[in-house]
Amino acid sequence: MASGMQEKQYTPSLLSFFIYNPTFGPREGEEEKKILFYHPSEVEKNEKIRNVGLCEAIVQFTRTFCPTKPAKSLHTQKNRQFFFEPEDNFWIVMVPWFETQCIEKPNKDGKPPTIEYQEEEILDTVYGAVVRQCYSMYKLFNGTFGRAMEAGGVELLTQKLEKFFYRYLQTLHLQSCDLLDVFGGISFFPLDKMTYLKIQSFVNKVEESLSLIKYTAFLYNDQLIWSGLEQDDMRILYKYLTTSLFPRHSEPELAGRDSPLRPEVAGNLLHYGRFLTGPTNLKDPEAKFRFPKIFVSTGDGYEELHLIVYKAMSAAACFMISASVELTREFCEQLDGLVGPQLTLLASDICEQFTINRRISGPEKEPQFKFIYFNHMNLAEKSTIHMRKTASVCLTSVHPDLMKILGDINCDFARVDEDEEIIVKAMTDYWVVGKKSDQRELYVILNQKNANLIEVNEEVKRLCATQFNNIFFLD
Amino acid sequence: MSEEHYLELCENPVQFEHASSVNNVFFDEANKQVFAVRSGGATGVVVKGPDDKSSVAFRMDDKGEVKCIKFSIGNKILAVQRTSKSVVFPDKRSLKLLKSQSINVNWYQYCPETAVILLSTTVQGNILQPFAFRSGTMSKMSKFEIELPVVPKPAKLSLSERDIAMATIYGQLHVMYLKHHSRTANSTSAEVVLYHLPREGACKKSHVLKLNTTGKFALNIVDNLVVVHHQSSQTSLIFDIKLKEPDCAVNTHQPVLPARSIHPYRIPLSGPAVVPSQPPVPCQLYSSSWSVFQPDIIISASEGYLWYLQVKLPPTVNLLQDKGKLMDFLLRRRDCKMVILSVCSQSTRGVLPVVATVFDKLNQVYKEYLEAEQSYTVAMESGPSRGSAAQKRPVRTQAVIDQSDMYTHVLSSFTERKGVSHKFIIAVLMEYIRSLNQFQITVQHYLYELVIKTLVQHNLFYMLHQFLQYHVLSDSKPLACLLLSLESTYPPAHQLSLDMLKVSLARCSSQITVPSLETRCCSTRCSGRSSRETSG
Repeated sequence: MASGMQEKQYTPSLLSFFIYNPTFGPREGEEEKKILFYHPSEVEKNEKIRNVGLCEAIVQFTRTFCPTKPAKSLHTQKNRQFFFEPEDNFWIVMVPWFETQCIEKPNKDGKPPTIEYQEEEILDTVYGAVVRQCYSMYKLFNGTFGRAMEAGGVELLTQKLEKFFYRYLQTLHLQSCDLLDVFGGISFFPLDKMTYLKIQSFVNKVEESLSLIKYTAFLYNDQLIWSGLEQDDMRILYKYLTTSLFPRHSEPELAGRDSPLRPEVAGNLLHYGRFLTGPTNLKDPEAKFRFPKIFVSTGDGYEELHLIVYKAMSAAACFMISASVELTREFCEQLDGLVGPQLTLLASDICEQFTINRRISGPEKEPQFKFIYFNHMNLAEKSTIHMRKTASVCLTSVHPDLMKILGDINCDFARVDEDEEIIVKAMTDYWVVGKKSDQRELYVILNQKNANLIEVNEEVKRLCATQFNNIFFLD
Repeated sequence: MSEEHYLELCENPVQFEHASSVNNVFFDEANKQVFAVRSGGATGVVVKGPDDKSSVAFRMDDKGEVKCIKFSIGNKILAVQRTSKSVVFPDKRSLKLLKSQSINVNWYQYCPETAVILLSTTVQGNILQPFAFRSGTMSKMSKFEIELPVVPKPAKLSLSERDIAMATIYGQLHVMYLKHHSRTANSTSAEVVLYHLPREGACKKSHVLKLNTTGKFALNIVDNLVVVHHQSSQTSLIFDIKLKEPDCAVNTHQPVLPARSIHPYRIPLSGPAVVPSQPPVPCQLYSSSWSVFQPDIIISASEGYLWYLQVKLPPTVNLLQDKGKLMDFLLRRRDCKMVILSVCSQSTRGVLPVVATVFDKLNQVYKEYLEAEQSYTVAMESGPSRGSAAQKRPVRTQAVIDQSDMYTHVLSSFTERKGVSHKFIIAVLMEYIRSLNQFQITVQHYLYELVIKTLVQHNLFYMLHQFLQYHVLSDSKPLACLLLSLESTYPPAHQLSLDMLKVSLARCSSQITVPSLETRCCSTRCSGRSSRETSG
């Protein structure tokens, strides 16, 4: 390392974020009409128009080279812009800001130091995925842009965008975005067959008794066990539940007995079930309540559903009912009476099984291996690198540089269809191995002094044999 | 209404000349033979039993009124009683006194199946003294008291022979007491009190059957059910002493089903009749000329018929709404298989909780049989054990419903049924699999195949995927091959089948070549790329 040089951590945040549709203001003087949403809103109007105009121009320009796949990102010296066209002519642009992305390299001969911009630190795939996720999250709660246009034109759309993104952008923590955002996967809870079948039985019986319920999802400890929704819908709903809804409600649960934060006990000593969305206190007949509405895809379009999230201890069940039905207090009481006791029982069953399994399988065999696993087919992800994932923080136990390497390898994988294995020797004693086999990706980080390629290969094979012994990996 | 009769008289009764001024009819309970004695035997004695292919006829001298007449086993020795104190054997034979006992006896009853005689002793007659006959010996058993509803003062004979019957129920000897008035203040209806009479040890009151009415009753035992006939209403009730009643005191039983009459009977046109065929007439049921014998015999002396009473299971299905109780009832009956399968089919038109209950009930029995089979196999394999009796091979009763039965008679046609939601079809299949798993019964692969085929048929791929991910559908080679065959419809099946093959192959050491498996082009790249090492 050269003396006097400092390498600072980069911590990106959001410089700007805007949504536009060029067809809304095609003529001279009408440019402002194109802009549907712009953050930060206090920016001067002309600057907004300029920025939008630039993006439009870039996209148009690049279209001439590849009409089907226009530009996804723009790299300039100081920053990057990410483009995403979720629906025809609707564009979302995100410009992250990296506080310290430059390195001063001292020069010889007394010249002023050259500033090098750390362009390579930022991965397109990660922030490209973040933009997509922003849209998916909007769509989950509001339906498509097209739908808003049909219902109330540009006015309604801008209203909805403002209402949603104003809050959502505040929850974006770009500094903790990484490979997992590229995957947008779901963590599944490991469970033995008997308990799984009991849960299936429970879901089937509830859906039969309460025939209004169209779809059900079952989670335990922030991990998914069963989804009655199609994958793409479940994946964004899962992200919402685990990064927004559950954390919001778990803090009161963890609060002490006398804390004012403690959720009001429903007064029902027969079970521990309660509504996370909807009525907080069933006993109060005056209290008003409503359920959030979500949009999921059907064969030929979308349907709007009430989202009921009901929790008992660590088990959470999501029930989705057509939004055209009005959900009354009686219905909620019926659901509470039916689901509460059963879910409480199931939750303690699962807990018991989990404890038994852990005792059987012995002490954690994971800690020695740091890895990330993802299966494109069922979106199953597993990471021993990431700790508690909340809305505010996602800690990783490895150096960001290593995460960057993982991202690079992933980009490589994405470019070809064939199965691959890539081994990288990183700094000091770190080795990174990426394995791609038939829709599955596995990334392993090993820290071994003086290891060579063969030893590293053997280690990874061992990992596959122990952790993934029922998964077929091509060697 | 014919659908509701759950008791019937057998199709081919034993026919004999009906009782009249010249013909006396006697019934031997031990050999179940009917003796029609004409004119004291002078004009002929015809003996007919249910096992006899043809009747035995002979003559004997009319030496006075016959009080009792019986054959020994195989019709070898005839015994005739004409006076109250002597028995005549027409053929000269020698008799040897084996044992004698001196007791004051009011009356007696003899149970041929168990070779136990019951003597009524004491003035009131309610102290019963049993004796067991076994390999030429007579042994005294513990005497016991029958609780009388009213204690008479002064003491007199209060227990009649007509109110006591002995029968074997579920392999155990019971003494049944028809108690006409209950002692409890708030109930005046009759009940049947069962006393369990074990080989060794004390006799104890074991069950109380509530009749909820009064009048004249008769008892039979059919298929381990206590049948109580009520003359005035011309109906019968059945009780299963192994059914637990949740609302009643321990070992008190209500009738299993609502009272119904025995199935109406028309006397058959032809039959192995001794006398010329009688014209077909509807038979009068519950007539006062009926005599009831243990365990399951009804005789009409005035019409000349001996019937076996039988249980008809199909009508019970619609009479018992609680399907859990219905299953408990059916699983203990002899000819229950097809009825149980029909209950399963019927339950698939109902709600899931009932389906789950029905499956759990029958799998409990199935599991018990599998375990018995297994311990027998283990015992046989480990060789003859020292001293203990040879284990008997467990008998597979009709109540054992295995997966093949369910597949053939219930599930296969259920999955094809039109107008049923596909979610419900899958839910029922998964309920059966859950139940099998709960009883730790290995699920046969054809059931998993049925699940997969149904899921694929209805494009429920996201469900299929999740089931496979959690290994709910156990890994096996046949399933892996089935998944491979689905690849064209559902590409991810390729990955799933490879995983399953890997697990299945790991279990057995044989190699399997699957011709349809394409080898994927796999490249292994290795690069020693260094990251932005800032070392100089």
